[in-house]
Amino acid sequence: MTQLALVIDLNTCVGCSACVTSCKEWNTSGQAGPMTDMMPYGEDPHGTFFNRVQSFEVGTYPDTQMVHFPKSCLHCEEPPCVPVCPTGASYKRKEDGIVLVDYDKCIGCKYCSWACPYGAREIDEKQKVMKKCTLCVDRIYDQSLPESERQPACVLACPADARIFGDVHDPDSEVSILIREQGGYALMPEWGTRPANHYLPRRRQEMHIHPDELERADNPLAKEDLKIDEKDVTSVDGFGGW
Amino acid sequence: MHPAFSVIFLTTLIGVGQGLFLALFTGQLYSLARLVPLQDSQTFYAWGSALALVFLALGLFASFFHLGRPERAWRSAARWRTSWLSREVIVLPLVMGLIALYGLAHWMEFTRPLFTVSNVLPVDLTLLLGLAATAATFLLFICTGMIYASIKFIREWATPLTLLNFIFMGGASGFALATFYSLFAAPSLIKMYGIWTIILTITAFVLRLVSLWRNAHGSHISTIQSAIGVRHPKIVQKTTGGMGGSFNTKEFRSGSTPERIRQAKWSFVLLVFVLPPLLLTTALSIHSAPLLALAFAVQMIGLIIERWTFFADATHPQNLYYQSM
Repeated sequence: MTQLALVIDLNTCVGCSACVTSCKEWNTSGQAGPMTDMMPYGEDPHGTFFNRVQSFEVGTYPDTQMVHFPKSCLHCEEPPCVPVCPTGASYKRKEDGIVLVDYDKCIGCKYCSWACPYGAREIDEKQKVMKKCTLCVDRIYDQSLPESERQPACVLACPADARIFGDVHDPDSEVSILIREQGGYALMPEWGTRPANHYLPRRRQEMHIHPDELERADNPLAKEDLKIDEKDVTSVDGFGGW
Repeated sequence: MHPAFSVIFLTTLIGVGQGLFLALFTGQLYSLARLVPLQDSQTFYAWGSALALVFLALGLFASFFHLGRPERAWRSAARWRTSWLSREVIVLPLVMGLIALYGLAHWMEFTRPLFTVSNVLPVDLTLLLGLAATAATFLLFICTGMIYASIKFIREWATPLTLLNFIFMGGASGFALATFYSLFAAPSLIKMYGIWTIILTITAFVLRLVSLWRNAHGSHISTIQSAIGVRHPKIVQKTTGGMGGSFNTKEFRSGSTPERIRQAKWSFVLLVFVLPPLLLTTALSIHSAPLLALAFAVQMIGLIIERWTFFADATHPQNLYYQSM
């Protein structure tokens, strides 16, 4: 069994939204039709996105941290959005675990979006069908692309390498090792949805500086107790004398 | 949640239709037990069934406005094994079909007993069709209620009270309509229907008060901490991303102030549960047709407000990700 998923490292994400724009660019240009924006230059712009970066301030000033939090469909292993769909338009692929919407079958009843606790589904105001992250299913199997580019657009775009794509069911894959060894966790585990996407936690970066590191214990100058008075040093050009 | 008028009208109108049919069939059972005089098949049951069908059809019509792609609505019967919505899509036409057959059987006066049970209970075609339609009607109440009650993380909906409220409020409004209808079609049943309307309304009142109390107390399981997986008591969302509004900022919010929702709660308590029994009691004692019509109309308006509140009061955990624009 394969379960493709993303691992998102909150420790390295800088919140630049490059994943958001590259996702929109790739998926709005695909054969499934555009991801419609309503009044993009108007007062109240409104649009469809598969991926959004949100920012949360944790703690009280001055002891605060900004957590930039990219959110897209988590491709749950027990997706609550799939069984509620009355038409079968919403489905989970057996071969790779990607949760997809068949835009030709969707009737736009929005019930799947009610059944998703993560708000990962958005209706397209023009096509009137439900849309969501496809893990760039039209990229990752494309034999005409070089193998290194057969990854979701957001992963390729991330400048901080905070997004890693792979099979979370393969224990030796990069994503599985990261989840296992870096404390990868799932969102809202309380609903038993078993999200495939995992997040790596924020870790506070601290430097532990030992006095030894500031002053060499084995400094040969210290050993010889050699003291140099700066007044006695004459520079070559006599300029530093004063 | 955003209260959509398509779904508000769907659930309230089919509730009246279902309740009216149950009232008609209750009348038939009562007359079978000789508790009330026998009614004319055509003038009472057939026309009454037609009236129930009008409400069911109006509800069905309203439901299409909820769909982005109504021309594909036929596809929605496909996943009845897993989806309560799909089951409702199948059961609603089934109920309409059975009520239509029930009305037709009365219109054609197929009331000659087919067989007799233990020499006391004559069973005719209308009784058999009525029993089938009653089962289907309750199945429809369950399907409609479970669409909401099965979403386990919408705390305000995920309770058996949702189903009971749909059944009793639909029943009360249907019996209220039956009381008004029987004034013209079967005056001897008016008292029976009036009393049942009051009983159902008061039962619905108690159940709705319990659900209002339940929704006002207790806490949500999901928190901002579990939503983003950061363990800190103070987390404030600063932005949902630089993209302005979206489906997520509209569909899952009531779009009203808490004050407005509070007013709506008081309004529907008054209009659905308090005024109709008072109006009915007065109407029954002075035999006033306008007051009976008013009792039903007031309850219907109240039910629309009740259903609006049902949506507006429900909180969705996805809002944790969309707290600040």
